[in-house]
Amino acid sequence: MLSRVASNMFWMARYLERAENTARLINVNSHLLMDLPTTVKLGWEPIIDILSGRDGFYERYDKADEASVVKYLVTDKENPGSIINSLTQARENARTVREIIPSEIWEQVNGLYLSAMQNRQALLGRRRRYEALSGVIRANQTITGTLAGIMTHDEGYAFIRLGRNLERGDMTTRIIDVRSASLLPELDGDQSTFENIQWMSVLKSMSAYQMYRQKVRLRINRPDVLKFLLLEPRFPRSLLHTLHQVKALLEELPRHEKAVEATEKLETQLVDGKPQCLEQQELHEFIDDMQLGMIKIAEQINKTYF
Amino acid sequence: MTIRWGSYKTTNLYDELLRAAGKPRAAAEIICGYLRSLTDNDLEEFKVAAESAIHVMGISFRVYHEDEGSIDRDWPFDIIPRIIDKQEWLQIEKGLKQRVKALNMFIDDLYNEQKIVKDGVFPEELLKKSKNFLPECKGVHPPLGIWAHICGSDLVRDSDGTVYVLEDNLRVPSGVSYMLENRKVMKRVFPEMFEQYSILPVDDYPSHLYDMLSQLSPRDIEHPEIVVLTPGIYNSAYFEHAYLAQQMGAELVEGSDLFVDDDNVVYMRTIEGPARVDVIYRRIDDHFLDPEVFNPDSMLGVPGLMRAWKAGKVALANAPGSGVADDKVVYAFVPEIIRYYLNEEPSIPNVPTYKCINKEDRDYVIENIHKMVVKPANESGGYGMLIGPHASKAECEKFKRLIRRDPRNYVAQPMLMLSTAPTLVETKAEPRHLDLRPFILSGKDIKVTTGGLTRVALRKGSIVVNSSQGGGSKDTWIVDMEA
Repeated sequence: MLSRVASNMFWMARYLERAENTARLINVNSHLLMDLPTTVKLGWEPIIDILSGRDGFYERYDKADEASVVKYLVTDKENPGSIINSLTQARENARTVREIIPSEIWEQVNGLYLSAMQNRQALLGRRRRYEALSGVIRANQTITGTLAGIMTHDEGYAFIRLGRNLERGDMTTRIIDVRSASLLPELDGDQSTFENIQWMSVLKSMSAYQMYRQKVRLRINRPDVLKFLLLEPRFPRSLLHTLHQVKALLEELPRHEKAVEATEKLETQLVDGKPQCLEQQELHEFIDDMQLGMIKIAEQINKTYF
Repeated sequence: MTIRWGSYKTTNLYDELLRAAGKPRAAAEIICGYLRSLTDNDLEEFKVAAESAIHVMGISFRVYHEDEGSIDRDWPFDIIPRIIDKQEWLQIEKGLKQRVKALNMFIDDLYNEQKIVKDGVFPEELLKKSKNFLPECKGVHPPLGIWAHICGSDLVRDSDGTVYVLEDNLRVPSGVSYMLENRKVMKRVFPEMFEQYSILPVDDYPSHLYDMLSQLSPRDIEHPEIVVLTPGIYNSAYFEHAYLAQQMGAELVEGSDLFVDDDNVVYMRTIEGPARVDVIYRRIDDHFLDPEVFNPDSMLGVPGLMRAWKAGKVALANAPGSGVADDKVVYAFVPEIIRYYLNEEPSIPNVPTYKCINKEDRDYVIENIHKMVVKPANESGGYGMLIGPHASKAECEKFKRLIRRDPRNYVAQPMLMLSTAPTLVETKAEPRHLDLRPFILSGKDIKVTTGGLTRVALRKGSIVVNSSQGGGSKDTWIVDMEA
């Protein structure tokens, strides 16, 4: 398989996953804000922190109000990570491998891009936004399902799943990093209700709430949420699960030794680090290490295969 | 209203299917009768069926749009086929083989001994002025002595029925995938016609192409690595590049997928590491092939590719420099070229071409400029041309000056009246002008496609057949009337 083709498949999946995660994050934040009292100032800035960093945003907008942030994250062509840009990139990558991926996949990726372009207004406005963003999520999950159902599970498919899992793991760490920082761990009384709500929203950002409740049962608390999102091997959006996937996928590919080694190292670091017990500053540093580790895996994949 | 051949206007032009109103040519009788039997509804249905087949099969071409970037458009297609009797076709085929054989000998001679120049048949000053002569190719002996492995020659028919070669495309001719796809569409739309006619098949082209390319491999191995080199998805012919690669089971690569190592071998980057490439069917123009030698800014090519080719470590089809033989001035010399190398008379005539470099020709052209089509040597796509009968007085005067200033750079031809064929407009058949591009493969032997790509100017009265400018295509049937 040509390196370029492998790379296109990898990035197509990465961008699709990014668009899906961004859509979910915006939807969850909209709901969260409706539940919080106006005195709890959370707002939309954390979403910027999770997805892209503030610098790029404040170059273009004065304040992080809902309209600006949503516009920046959904349709702004100047934001490389906006949903529209992610879908554009996913489509361009799919287009170059159009003759190699199943034609239904090309049609779906193309259709997702076209409908997002058409629905730009709906994606921005409050009233229809939820439905429109859910549409992006659904479309991407359809693509994932179609791939699983009709594409030969060959090297190309392995690269698609590699891209998806690395992006997913990356997003999980970003959400935890930012969200846990804005949550004060030792609050009593009224505020703790809201803390509870916020941890719930963290889980929901990863579609993890229901699965968490089934698995943990206890009332929502920080160590358990962290443990679930970082270490639960069977939850598909937990960091450990994505790393397991990456490792298994790499093992299907030729010349995988170094990339597998980097992945195993990070797995060990993650499990041994007991992140659920860490205080905020330590957790922040730990997450930094995790992100560096994932960058190393991606670099190794890039160096070996692309 | 169904199709009524009695009211079909054939005017004074040659029509491919009808001798005169209401009188189909022998090879077209069955199809004309069949079309007449169809109702408007039938015709509409067939048209829709063809369109949806084209859409579903993804037969598209790319057009550039000012604000939208570029978009894929479905291939415009007319369901009425163009029909040529096999006996006539065999003559054309023979002539094409002769022509391409001579042209390849000409190219090989120009880059090596230049006997034709020394013998005074081809003027040295024309060679010196040629923009497409690549000095970098001097002294190279490509495998089998062949430079233009894939040639697309455009044929037109004048009002008296004579078939002429209008031009040869020896660089990266395109269109063959549409020829193949047109046939598939027709089989879906008119299956019954394929029972009534003995229509010669076209779909062996990809395997002939593969065989020819593998004959060029520098390594004597059973499965040489053959790749199709494309400029990428934004190229207007990308569909074809991908299509041919897929049909041949070859990798479709871009310049960045390949690299040339110190050993002058070309490798492609794969997830398993570098893999050696033997033959490159390149669909990139000469000047973008190798930034080490040609355009240093080229992002499309492969640095070192010329080194590898000259060292005989990789075969390029077509060979760089082949374009020297397809400019408009060389065209005028093709009859002489055929006589010189093959000692034969050309079987397909050139359009009579006046070479302004000769005083006699020049005087005639200047005197009759309002009747002539004047073409500069090194432009393509109709740029810098004068169409005398449609030009203003001022334009004619301007061209007279241009010709006097640089006579070598101009040739002129009488205005041809391109033949027509019935083309479906709404649910009626109207005559539209067309040409024909057969593809000729040269390897150990020479193979010509059965027919070729018929391009038709869909606009009334237009003679522009390019798909980007309102042109469409038809399936071309070579029918065996004796079968």
